Amino acid sequence: MSKIEIKNVYKIFGDQPSKVLPMVKDGATKEEVLEKTGHTIGLDNVSLSIEEGETFVCMGLSGSGKSTLIRHINRLIDPTSGEVSVEGTNVMNLDQKQLIEFRRHKMSMVFQRFGLFPHKTVLENVGYGLEVQGQKPEERNKTAMEKIEAVGLNGFEHQYPNQLSGGMQQRVGLARALATNTDIMLMDEAFSALDPLIRSDMQKQLMDLQSELKKTIVFITHDLDESLRLGDHIGILNGGKLVQVGTPVDIIMNPADDYVTAFVKDVNRAKVIKAKIIMKPASEANGVDKTNLVKVQEDQFIEEFLPQVVCNNANCEVIDKQGNVKGYITNKELQKSLTKS
Amino acid sequence: MVVVAYTTSKYRPESVSVLFTDFSWLGNWPKWLDLPLMPFLNDGFDKLIREYGMFFEGINNFLLGLYTDMKNFMVGLPWPILMISVIALCYFVSGRNTGTTIMVAFCVFFLGFLSPRYWDKCIMTTCIVVIGMLLCLIIGIPVGILMARNKKVRNAILPILDLMQTIPSFCYLIPGILLFGLGAVPAIFAIFVYAVPPLIRLTDLGIRLVDKEVVEAAEAFGASKKQKLWGVQLPLALPNIMQGVNQCTMMSLAMVVIASMIGTRGIGDEVLLGLQQLNVGMATEAGIAIVLLAIIFDRITQSYGEKIQARTHNKKKLIL
Repeated sequence: MSKIEIKNVYKIFGDQPSKVLPMVKDGATKEEVLEKTGHTIGLDNVSLSIEEGETFVCMGLSGSGKSTLIRHINRLIDPTSGEVSVEGTNVMNLDQKQLIEFRRHKMSMVFQRFGLFPHKTVLENVGYGLEVQGQKPEERNKTAMEKIEAVGLNGFEHQYPNQLSGGMQQRVGLARALATNTDIMLMDEAFSALDPLIRSDMQKQLMDLQSELKKTIVFITHDLDESLRLGDHIGILNGGKLVQVGTPVDIIMNPADDYVTAFVKDVNRAKVIKAKIIMKPASEANGVDKTNLVKVQEDQFIEEFLPQVVCNNANCEVIDKQGNVKGYITNKELQKSLTKS
Repeated sequence: MVVVAYTTSKYRPESVSVLFTDFSWLGNWPKWLDLPLMPFLNDGFDKLIREYGMFFEGINNFLLGLYTDMKNFMVGLPWPILMISVIALCYFVSGRNTGTTIMVAFCVFFLGFLSPRYWDKCIMTTCIVVIGMLLCLIIGIPVGILMARNKKVRNAILPILDLMQTIPSFCYLIPGILLFGLGAVPAIFAIFVYAVPPLIRLTDLGIRLVDKEVVEAAEAFGASKKQKLWGVQLPLALPNIMQGVNQCTMMSLAMVVIASMIGTRGIGDEVLLGLQQLNVGMATEAGIAIVLLAIIFDRITQSYGEKIQARTHNKKKLIL
C-alpha cells in the first residue's frame, strides 16, 4: 500500500464551493469558472500515490495549486471533494483531537519563508514539535541539539531566528521538521527563498540526510532542476490539474504535453540525470565491451563522469556504495539521454 | 416598524384612507411617523433598575470597596515612599531605562510641587484609572481574542464597538449615575465604555496580523488551539496589545476628567472648580497636573511595551 494516497481531490476557493463543484466536474476550465461564479479552482481532480521512502516532487508554476496540494496531506486545507489517506487512514475522517495527534506524530513540515517563531531561540524552535507533544525541556533540548548538530548549526542554538542568514534559518526549519522524527516530511518550496549557492548546498544536505533516514518526502518546487535533482518521482501541476507523473527521466524523455515540453526544453540533462537511471542493468549487459571501463557511482550525475568517459573513450561500470556492479553505460545510452527530442 | 410607529402614535389620522386624499403630510415630516424608541428605552431602563438593582448594587459595592481600599492605602502612605515606589516601578518596568525613569520622577515630583492639594487628588484619579483599566484588560483582551478567532463574533462585536466609540460620552455618564450612584463607580463604568474599544480592536488586529506562515507552522506541528494561542499568537501580538493598553490608559485618563462633571472626585474636579469660579490660573494649574499624570501613565505603559517588543522581535543582527 502507498504511504500517501490522494484520490480525486478537488479544491475550489470561494463562498460556495460545493455549488460550483458539479460544474468543475463537468470539465469547465479555470477561466470559465472564475468568470461565471467568481470561484477559483485550486485543485482539479488530482489523484496520486506516494510510496514509502521516496522523494516525491510536486512541480508547477505559481498558482498551479502545488502549495494547496501539500496542505491537503496534513489537512491544513480541507478538500472540497475527494479523499486523502495516509498509511491507510482517511485524513478526512479524523476529528479535531485525532487530527492534532496525527500532525504531531505522522508528519512534519518545512515552509517557504521558514515559518520560524521569532520569539523563540533556535533551540526552542527546533524543539517546538516536541514541546507541543508535551515533552519535558531536558528531553526535548537533547533531541533538538542532536538535530541542530545534524544540520550543522552548533553554536547558534541560543540565537534568535532573525539573527541568522536565510540559509541558516531554513536549516533551523529543517532541523525542526527532523526533530519530531516523523516518517513523512512535507516541504513547501523549502529552498525557493534561498540564493542559488545556498540552495544547492541545502539540496545536497537534504539528499545526504535522506540517504540515511529514508523518509517519505513530499517536496514542492517551481524549479525543474531542483525537482529533477531531488525527486524519485515528479508530478507536474498546471492550473490545478496533474498533467504528468513520472520519474525524472520519464519527464525529460517523454513529456506528456506542450506544457511539460516547454518546461524541460532548457534543462541541462547532464546535470540532472543520474548514472543509475540510464544504465543498462548488469543482467542485460552481455554485449557490452568490458575491456575499457570507467567506474562510476550509481548516484553520480552524467556531467560528473562524462569528461572521463570521453577522454578515455570508455564504457562505464556503474557500482553502488558497497562496490557491487549494478550495470553499464555505453555511448549509446549516453547519446540517447543527452539528445534533445 | 413604520406600521408599529403608525399604530402607536397618538397623532395618527382618523383612518389610513385620509392619507391618500389629503397629501399635506408629504410637506413636513408627519408627527405620526415617529418610532417610539424613547418610551421603550425609558421603560426598559426603569425595569432594568427595578429588577436588576441588586446586581448593579453588588457591582457598585465591589468596585467602590476596591477603590476605597486602594485609595486609603495610597493616601495613607507617606508621600516620599509613594513617590519612590512609582519611580522604582518605572525603572524596572522600562527595563532599567534611566532616561524614562528620570522623566517620570520629575513628573511625579511636580504633581505635588504644583499644589499640595493635587497629591491626594491625583491618587484618587490614579486609582479610578487603574481599576477602570483592569476592568478593560479583563474583559477587552479575551473579547479581542474571540474576535480574532471567529469571524461571526467579530461581525457581531464590531458594530457594538462603533456604537461605544461614537455615542457621546454624556449619554452613558448620566445613566451611569442612575445605575451606580454618584462618585467613582460611574466613572469606572464610563471609562470602560470609552476606553475598551481600542484595546479590543488592537488585540484582534494584533492576533490577526501574526505571520500566517508562523501560525500554520504551529498547526502543522500539531499545536492545539490553546498551545497556538499562548505559545505563538499572544506573544507575537503582544506589541500591538501593549499599544492597545497604552491607548486604553490615555483614554481612561481623558474620561476620568470628564467624569468629574458627574461628581467624581479627583484632579478633574479642580479643573471644573477653576472654570466655575472663572479662576483661569487654577484651571490651568490643574490642567498641567493632568498632563503630568498622563505623561507618567504613558511613559510607564509605553516603555513596558517597548521592552516586550525588544524581547520578542529581536532586531539585533549579528555580523556573520
